[in-house]
Amino acid sequence: MELLAFGDTGWGDELFRATLMTIAVSITAMLIGFSFAAIFTPLKLSKYKSLNLVANIYTTVIRGVPELLVIYLFFFGGSGAIMFVASMFGYNEYIEINAFVTGSFAIGIISGAYSTEVFRGAIQSIDKGQFEAAKVLGLSKFKQFYKIILPQMLRLAIPNLSNVWQITLKDTSLISVTGLVEIMRQSYIAAGSTRDPLFFYSFAAVLYLLLTFLSMKLINKLEVKYSRGY
Amino acid sequence: MDFELMINSLPKLLGAAVITLKLLSVSLIVGLFIGLLFAILRLNKNIYINRFAYGYSYIFRGTPLLVQIFIIYFGLGQIEYLRSTFLWVILKEPYWCAIIAFALNTGAYTSEILRSAFQTIKPGIIEAGQSLGISRKTIFYKIQIPIAIRQSLPAYGNEIILMMKGTSLASTVTLMDLTGVAKYIISTTFKPIEVFIVAGGIYLFMTFIIHNIIKFLEKKYSFN
Repeated sequence: MELLAFGDTGWGDELFRATLMTIAVSITAMLIGFSFAAIFTPLKLSKYKSLNLVANIYTTVIRGVPELLVIYLFFFGGSGAIMFVASMFGYNEYIEINAFVTGSFAIGIISGAYSTEVFRGAIQSIDKGQFEAAKVLGLSKFKQFYKIILPQMLRLAIPNLSNVWQITLKDTSLISVTGLVEIMRQSYIAAGSTRDPLFFYSFAAVLYLLLTFLSMKLINKLEVKYSRGY
Repeated sequence: MDFELMINSLPKLLGAAVITLKLLSVSLIVGLFIGLLFAILRLNKNIYINRFAYGYSYIFRGTPLLVQIFIIYFGLGQIEYLRSTFLWVILKEPYWCAIIAFALNTGAYTSEILRSAFQTIKPGIIEAGQSLGISRKTIFYKIQIPIAIRQSLPAYGNEIILMMKGTSLASTVTLMDLTGVAKYIISTTFKPIEVFIVAGGIYLFMTFIIHNIIKFLEKKYSFN
């Protein structure tokens, strides 16, 4: 137990900070994923075949290729890509992006592919009459979506989004290969310096279980909130 | 675009894909048995057996696969007692540690898939078997299991693809699978995009094949 003490003698405070980092990366990645989904869901539902194709390539490739490979692509290729763009604007210095940004982006793109599928499914299962009724009422396009479609979509999407959140949360453990100090990386460091990997990796497992358990409780509350009236 | 590198790395990556497929198939076979066992335990009326099976699937589904591999590969070796038993022959090999972790992980997901498949079998079908005088055992093996397998095919197909992606974590315990070799080539050539396209293409191709095999099986075993 003294291994988990706070302060200089134990790893308690380090692991606590690492847990906060895992939560921060997961939430950032989830939000980046939502913004990708906001772009690609309309493309998926568009009547233009070429736009469908673009969105389908995105979701198929990301869901068919291992997360770790995507992370390596960003880890090794991220700063190169940024430097290439910067060099077009005449900036030729070396640019290093930090592990938090690379990691959140890599996980965010993965999470976005899953979110896109969830939103597409949710919008498609809304009754057609709702779209027609919104149109007949003479609402603007923005209001049709914001006031009529979005609330119904959220109710249908939340159970599946909670799965996406779980996947995202667990995927963040893979960012440890880039050196970002989240739960897995911190456990690796602690296990290395105390020669007690069994204890620290088991403790990491407990932390992840705690995070999934608590987030499920929270999401269930959201689900109740958005199912009012059903 | 460095096309020469892409063509040159293709044979190496294809060779590594064979290791990925090996890891995948062995873990799936072992995982299927584990999954079936725990699905049956979940349907047991004894509350302790039931809780035990639920706890197993909860823990393995609630933690990242990476943690599970690390516990088995780095953690178990720490127990002095294990080092003196024959199990050590298996546990000192990263290959078998990865397979144990993958099998236990896919076993947990498979048990959930099979459990829900068993539960959706209409009681009328079992009653029909009973009224024909078929023994309980035969009903289970000849009626319930085939129906449950058919029922769970689509979900199991997804699980196979998820597991294929999961095998990429074998590269974290020094195994040179498809992702491991891809990472090695990237870190020596610093051409991440080219290598990603080739390795990702191989993964997508395998996904495509698995997807079609499952589709074929679904058609073959459909009820109509």
